[in-house]
Amino acid sequence: MQEASSDRTRVSPYIWLLVIITVAISLILLLLALQEITSEQKDETLATYLLLAGAVLLGSAAYAMIQTRKRVFRAKIESHPIMTTIECKKCGFKSTREFQRGDYIFKESERCQKCGNPTIIAAIYREVKEKEKKRFTS
Amino acid sequence: MNPLIMLTTLQYSVAQFIPGGDWIIQLIFYLFFFIFILYGQKIQMYVMIREVQGSLYRLKYIRDEGRKITIETINEIGKPQSDPTPRVDRFLEYFTISPQSLDPAGIVWKLEHILNIRDARFKDEVKLMAPSADKTQAHNLENTLEAAMALNYIYKIIRHFYLLGKKTLSLYVIMQLQMVLPLVMREAEAYASALKAFAYGQPIGDGAGALVAASLMHGHETRKIPEDCVVATVQIEGRSAFVIKAEGPGGNVGKPGDAIKTIIEENEGKIANIIMIDAALKLEGEPVGEVAEGVGAAIGGPGVDQFKIEEAILKHRIPINAVIVREDVGDAVSPMRKEIFDAVDKAIERIKQVILEKTKEGDKVIIAGIGNTIGIGQ
Ligand SMILES: [Zn+2]
Repeated sequence: MQEASSDRTRVSPYIWLLVIITVAISLILLLLALQEITSEQKDETLATYLLLAGAVLLGSAAYAMIQTRKRVFRAKIESHPIMTTIECKKCGFKSTREFQRGDYIFKESERCQKCGNPTIIAAIYREVKEKEKKRFTS
Repeated sequence: MNPLIMLTTLQYSVAQFIPGGDWIIQLIFYLFFFIFILYGQKIQMYVMIREVQGSLYRLKYIRDEGRKITIETINEIGKPQSDPTPRVDRFLEYFTISPQSLDPAGIVWKLEHILNIRDARFKDEVKLMAPSADKTQAHNLENTLEAAMALNYIYKIIRHFYLLGKKTLSLYVIMQLQMVLPLVMREAEAYASALKAFAYGQPIGDGAGALVAASLMHGHETRKIPEDCVVATVQIEGRSAFVIKAEGPGGNVGKPGDAIKTIIEENEGKIANIIMIDAALKLEGEPVGEVAEGVGAAIGGPGVDQFKIEEAILKHRIPINAVIVREDVGDAVSPMRKEIFDAVDKAIERIKQVILEKTKEGDKVIIAGIGNTIGIGQ
């Protein structure tokens, strides 16, 4: 793991440098464009090109940033909260808490908070939020 | 962003500043043109290699994380006297050679024998690594180690083809690798979450069948039958049902083939119907936790158990039905989703329906819940 993280930090300064240079150039181009527009004998086509080039460079810099961000974000193993539901056999009282090591379905658990009868673990599950739109479901 | 288009636009704008700039830009323009024509494929290949490299870093990260979790879990619940790291590292390289299939007759028994040896070796190894783990924890550790082994294997295979591709600079080696990578990555992520679930002893999606059986047998007396299974006799709609599952709550799939065969022999073949419940892979687009019904022995794995069940039912001409709960690869090995948990009631309804339709009152039926029973008691 140490190797992998050191590799990631080895890569990122270059990307940073590249992004900074690109942003600087694009800013200069945009400034030139502004100067061209505000100057007395203005050349509209030149101003448009400068504006265009500046915007494209700025856009690509932003894109590169997003890409690297995404990669850093993805470098974790996903984990969702796992819930344990405890149910009272007598009164049916249910409570939900986070999973603890040693829990298993149908394990006898602590006494019921309401009536003091023994309870069992009725469910252990993970809830997933479905982000995708449902299409072609039937 | 196409560099050619950018160049053409620049060509006109720069030409207005510098005298003779037009000529320089034109030269650059053609230079780019020829570079792309002559080296386009090479450039594409380097882009692909970069992409594979990124995935490889991620695979390495996942594998190392898995190894770390495994060692931590062993230290936590096994309380070994010495550092288990070298033993774990050696174990990650453990391999199994499947039997020769040139003459396939009798291969199932050879395969079973090899798998039994492997199992025994795993158990011994876990006992040495984690002397103070109880039976449940030892089972969970075995599963954890197996997931860590799978992650190690995937990483090594991808690394092999990546290095081979770089060495030979063959577009086809790299292209094949890049094409299968999305699927391989999915599998690796699935194993990674499986490893976590195994380490903590959380029920996984594959346990849907075991959970159905557990719900049916809960509150009834159970007895152990070979191999690593439990059975309970439950009255359902006036029929006596032998409900079978692997013994929980440790990570364990048991040997349902042997268990079903034992029950059939105990009853001298007088079984009216066998119903098997298992988690099955869904196709993309099918909802998670959908319950479906069919015929045949619903059981995955290396095929030994399916073979044994089919042999046993053929001998006594027992009809076999299957109820499956649909889920994808990732769901099957990661902590059980709520949708799958909720499918248990639907599956039980289906089983009752099958029993009512296919058997008479007073008949004996076998209901076998297949799958890894980790985190599911009885
Ligand atoms: Zn209560």
